Amino acid sequence: MRYLPHTDSDRRDMLAAIGVADVDSLFRDVPESARLPGPFDLPRALGEMEVERAFQRMAVTNLSADRAPFFIGAGVYRHHIPAAVGQLLMRGEFLTAYTPYQPEISQGTLQVLFEFQTQVAAITGMDVANASMYDGATACAEAAVMACRVTKRAKVILSGSLHPHYRATTETSLRYTEMDADVLDPDPLGVEDLIGRVDSRTACVIVQNPGFFGGIKDLRPLAGACHAAGALLVVAVADPVSLGLVEAPGAMGADIVVGDGQSLGVGLSFGGPGLGLFATREKFVRQMPGRLAGQTVDADGKRGFVLTLSTREQHIRREKATSNICTNSGLCALAFSIHLTLLGGSGFARLAELNHAAAVRLESKLARMRGVRVLATSYFNEFAIHLGDGADAARVVERLAAKGVLGGVPASRFYPSYPELAPVLILAATETNTESEMDTLAAALEEVL
Amino acid sequence: MADTLTVSGNRALMIEEPLIFELGHPGRVGVDLPAPAPVDFDRLGGCRRSEPAALPDLAEPQAVRHYTRLSQKNYGIDTGFYPLGSCTMKHNPRLAEKMARLPGFADVHPFQPVGTIQGALEVIDSLAGWLKALTGMPAVAMTPAAGAHGEWCGLMAIRACLEARGQGHRRRVLVPESAHGTNPASAAMCGFSVDSIPAKDDGRVDLAALTAKLGDDVACLMLTNPNTCGLFESEIIAIAGAVHGAGAFFYCDGANFNAIVGRVRIADLGIDAMHINLHKTFSTPHGGGGPGAGPTVLSAELAPFAPLPFVVHGTDGFRLIEHAHDAPGHQPFGRIKGYHGQFGVFVRALAYIMSMGADGLRQASSDAVLNANYLLARLNDALSPSFAGPCMHECLFDDRFLKDTGVTTLDFAKALIDEGYHPMTMYFPLVVHGALLMEPTETESRETLDAFVAVVRALAAKAKAGQAEEFKQAPRFTPRRRLDETLAARTPILRWRPPADRQAAE
Repeated sequence: MRYLPHTDSDRRDMLAAIGVADVDSLFRDVPESARLPGPFDLPRALGEMEVERAFQRMAVTNLSADRAPFFIGAGVYRHHIPAAVGQLLMRGEFLTAYTPYQPEISQGTLQVLFEFQTQVAAITGMDVANASMYDGATACAEAAVMACRVTKRAKVILSGSLHPHYRATTETSLRYTEMDADVLDPDPLGVEDLIGRVDSRTACVIVQNPGFFGGIKDLRPLAGACHAAGALLVVAVADPVSLGLVEAPGAMGADIVVGDGQSLGVGLSFGGPGLGLFATREKFVRQMPGRLAGQTVDADGKRGFVLTLSTREQHIRREKATSNICTNSGLCALAFSIHLTLLGGSGFARLAELNHAAAVRLESKLARMRGVRVLATSYFNEFAIHLGDGADAARVVERLAAKGVLGGVPASRFYPSYPELAPVLILAATETNTESEMDTLAAALEEVL
Repeated sequence: MADTLTVSGNRALMIEEPLIFELGHPGRVGVDLPAPAPVDFDRLGGCRRSEPAALPDLAEPQAVRHYTRLSQKNYGIDTGFYPLGSCTMKHNPRLAEKMARLPGFADVHPFQPVGTIQGALEVIDSLAGWLKALTGMPAVAMTPAAGAHGEWCGLMAIRACLEARGQGHRRRVLVPESAHGTNPASAAMCGFSVDSIPAKDDGRVDLAALTAKLGDDVACLMLTNPNTCGLFESEIIAIAGAVHGAGAFFYCDGANFNAIVGRVRIADLGIDAMHINLHKTFSTPHGGGGPGAGPTVLSAELAPFAPLPFVVHGTDGFRLIEHAHDAPGHQPFGRIKGYHGQFGVFVRALAYIMSMGADGLRQASSDAVLNANYLLARLNDALSPSFAGPCMHECLFDDRFLKDTGVTTLDFAKALIDEGYHPMTMYFPLVVHGALLMEPTETESRETLDAFVAVVRALAAKAKAGQAEEFKQAPRFTPRRRLDETLAARTPILRWRPPADRQAAE
């Protein structure tokens, strides 16, 4: 067995050193009725070749994005990942390290996290960011709980612009607590009235910008209304590439910014793992969930980094902790950070411009089609279209797939109980989409409509 | 100071590395992107970014060198022995990495039509099948992203089940003092209160004290088994009986599952729910703090309350259930994260499981327990074991052997760093003084263990010989010496700021 170094004679010698006759005697504390006499009746060990064959067989039954014109987003975005990202992630010292509990031999991870926190703060326009959460949806739920903690209030308003998974995860998190959610209907046209709902019981309003259906909003009036009522504004960002071109939530008055860093460096990976981003204002830092890397000095006075403010955390504070989170998304944070370092300030802005340009080109192609109506008046790299009354976007997507085109996500997949959304299709375009792919999509759509 | 010996401050392979923000040089770029064709930017709704994000500009060579140098300041399993108790730092097979990078897995989207992702759903279903078989449990919630998330998932299922039975008044959760901090934190997130239960002198739950705490307001017991002292809870079946007799559920923290895979089925112990850390037991890399995955196995009673989404297998292939109304007979308690679980981690775990097979998995847990008992036997007289053996996959020592030496557990750990080892877990569990918890795992050879034993014995002898000062100075050969954690917490610096900003702030 290639992962197990012991030979039978090693085992015999070690058992002798321990002073027992066989390994079974080491399991003598296990109640006899629960001891299994031998291996399960399940497949036996396989060599690398056999395992690879089995996985290749499964992998090829998936239609991967590299084999199809691809226009799906809805929270998970396909961007080109520079080759250096994948190579550096495979450095064993990053890949096979644990959470940096011993800082003297973890300065690599700790400095990366410090840099990551600074990058996230910079792009969101916030003061501080943590070292990551599981994903955007769980970061959103943590923000709701934190806002209630900060304001000592219990009502969380969830905008219809919020990703339905972020919304559902947040609702689940509040389910058996003193906190409750005021959930607005999906809002493809961006017409909901959030300001009118904010009152003296409101802990926070959570909006997504750009919204789930693509729309971009100036959040300043909402931020003003929240702050006037003593509530916080939480802004979710599903694709952080948008921050290269769209106003930073921090500049529009956000108190907490959450998001998913998957779109930089991490890749699609069928939606997991993601990378939860969490940033806030300096004054709330001690109420934050999650790990934080901080700067300090060592015994020789040299700059170094440690995990800090851990009295917020479960291993110290137990049931009074700000969150139960322990393992987070460290390696994805590294991937995100490397990708952003390679882009730099100018590359980040240009990448965002390319995305927006791609979406504008796609919109112009689709807007020309009979029966198709573009719902968003503003967007970044994703927008919703209406395929005409009576059209079923879910069936359209299936037919496109049959033609080898991955042409967006039907809104009904998330909102099956809203029949008016049945004709709505959500499409994303990124720098990876070529002109000819867009033409292929438009032609295929023309055929199936 | 050793570093005054060189002009640069570098020490050969140990090279000082600035922050990326100090390396930027406007005009450089690490990714060549075409200039976008002119477009109508009105689509931004008047919300164009006013201040560009302050990010440093580096070319690819500078970036690659930066991260390579940083990596060299890290200790990983690839570097050496990592006996960090309760963390199961076993070898991470590279085959798993290769499989996770196949485009058919790495480059598929969670919202593709189900007909185009049958292979991805098969991975989830196959892994679920293995996890159910290895635990004997009828159901598994695959979406929890980590151990703590799995705890919360299991407790939410318990809470939902109790509410459905009209027993929402059961709000108390019993947790041993030796538990991971995540246990009480997860319980609090479900609106439960936490009541701690004591251990006996032999390191196991005191059944009589537990029974006395049971009542009709108890929702569940949360117990780690094997427990955090590295011991199998020998009375576990009686414990389960008492808990069930009181109408409560039995949640098991599965962080230590590596000790018993293929030798004990969880279902046979009377457990109702348990999370499995795929990044521990099934060898997916820890990545410096994640991502992991914490699928949670559930009993038949709890299964209907499992969170969304989940995979089902019908005559037309695999399907994904994303809404409660598509799952008759189920009352899912909700959704706990985005999308369909930690898929990339699933691929790696399944590759490991298929490589090991039923025979290899049983051999792995046997070797893990053998290795821990070997360490315990070889260090028995040099350190102070907290409990008599046999232990399971990890062995616990306390700091009695350091009494009157002036050396603390922390000092001892730092001295091990200088000797080229990652230290054991320190000061956990809290039930013994100055804990040193060692988990060698099955992927370490006998030679590695022997070399480690020799070093630990020599260090213990040094401590007893009154050489405390050497320990206080450790580590001396690391990229950084001991770091001032008090300073970091008192005046938090959590991000880099440009020098001008810093001056303005002062």
